[in-house]
Amino acid sequence: MRADPAEYKLVSPGNLHAVLSLMAGKPAQWLPIAGGTDLMVLYSAGKLPNRKLINIWNIPELRKIEVFPDSIRIGAACTYTSLRSHEIISREFPLLATAASWTGGIANQNRGTLGGNIANASPAADSLPALLVYDAELTLISVRGERRVAYRNFHAGYKQTALAVDELIRDISMPRRFSGYFSHARKVGARNAQAISKVCLAALGRIANGAMRDVRLALGSVAPVPFRLNETEHILTGKQIVPALIETVKKSVAQEISPIDDIRSTARYRAAVAGNLVAEFLEKLSAERANA
Amino acid sequence: MNPSQPVIAKCEILLTVNGEAKKVLAHPMERLLDVLRNDLKLTGTKEGCGEGECGSCSVLLDGMLVNSCLVPAAQASGAQIVTIEGMSAHALMAPLQEAFLECGGAQCGICTPGMILAAVHLLEKKAEPAIADIREGLAGNLCRCTGYMQIFEAVAKAARRRLTK
Repeated sequence: MRADPAEYKLVSPGNLHAVLSLMAGKPAQWLPIAGGTDLMVLYSAGKLPNRKLINIWNIPELRKIEVFPDSIRIGAACTYTSLRSHEIISREFPLLATAASWTGGIANQNRGTLGGNIANASPAADSLPALLVYDAELTLISVRGERRVAYRNFHAGYKQTALAVDELIRDISMPRRFSGYFSHARKVGARNAQAISKVCLAALGRIANGAMRDVRLALGSVAPVPFRLNETEHILTGKQIVPALIETVKKSVAQEISPIDDIRSTARYRAAVAGNLVAEFLEKLSAERANA
Repeated sequence: MNPSQPVIAKCEILLTVNGEAKKVLAHPMERLLDVLRNDLKLTGTKEGCGEGECGSCSVLLDGMLVNSCLVPAAQASGAQIVTIEGMSAHALMAPLQEAFLECGGAQCGICTPGMILAAVHLLEKKAEPAIADIREGLAGNLCRCTGYMQIFEAVAKAARRRLTK
């Protein structure tokens, strides 16, 4: 059934301090809303349990992208459009810029935010594998103060996050140390735009003296949360890319993931494609080295 | 309505629509789409899916293409909104209209206002779009009649015509 707007509160405190004060008040359970590309869909379908929303779209502190010598800090309410058009992000964090370009269409990229993608905690979120391989760290803020959490520890399980009821994601920071790496991003969905992934991959790595170093692989849509393929990465480290390795890697990927059948795809298809995407990354990494 | 739920009061929302200052009384979580169609009687903005997938309800909000079905009215407070009705005076409107007509870019018409606004949003940023740019710029707008090629062609033609004028 459709939602009745008369049953929902939406307040706009207008600055971060006022937002946090309200979120800290009793009774708690204010739900922050930025661009609304996820929440408004739930709301319109009558499936949004929270009746008290707090507007964070217009909070300037959450919309900044700050570049430091060793890191970049992205405000949680920065849109996909702002990520895509940022020079440093495009150059040094191409996996994130590419994932931003996959998300929805232009209209949703103009409204959807990186912090929203994280807080929404979908296992199919396109930008999250990129955050995993870039060692992203989140700053969570409340009236009690701020704390930093490695993004890899943020999603405790399906749709579960480390956020307390009074906390907000303030920013996402990433170390600027991956610009020399080879990167590969690939989404497999029903169509390019406006389709949620069946499987998506963010991969980083480099080659030194013929052997792979610091290989980083993260997949979306094949487990309850986006995750790093730690075992497979371990197998690859220090190895040369030879055909026999590809088969070993595909088996390892299949063992690490736990895909399900759902409306978008099947577990069997996802397992096959996940292995193929990692193999494709290795082939490209190998070709890159040959060209270098 | 469920009688156990408290009723949230309507609030006054000031916004500029197609260059005119407007004041509407709306619930803060009312969709901008409904405010435009029901309160302001601007029915050129269409509702297709109501969940941000189809682009029929596209409008420009402070110059950005958005799906108005996903914007709560309170977030449009103080904003500059342009709907398809406001495009008549736009320099791109005549070339786009002509090219859509010539190429068969419009059939049933439900997607057309959104397609035009997405095209304007694209052409304002990129005067000479490649076909890949056009495909990407319009990827959030679904059309169940034309098969898209006529629409892409129309946008390319409008862009060329505008440059040669």
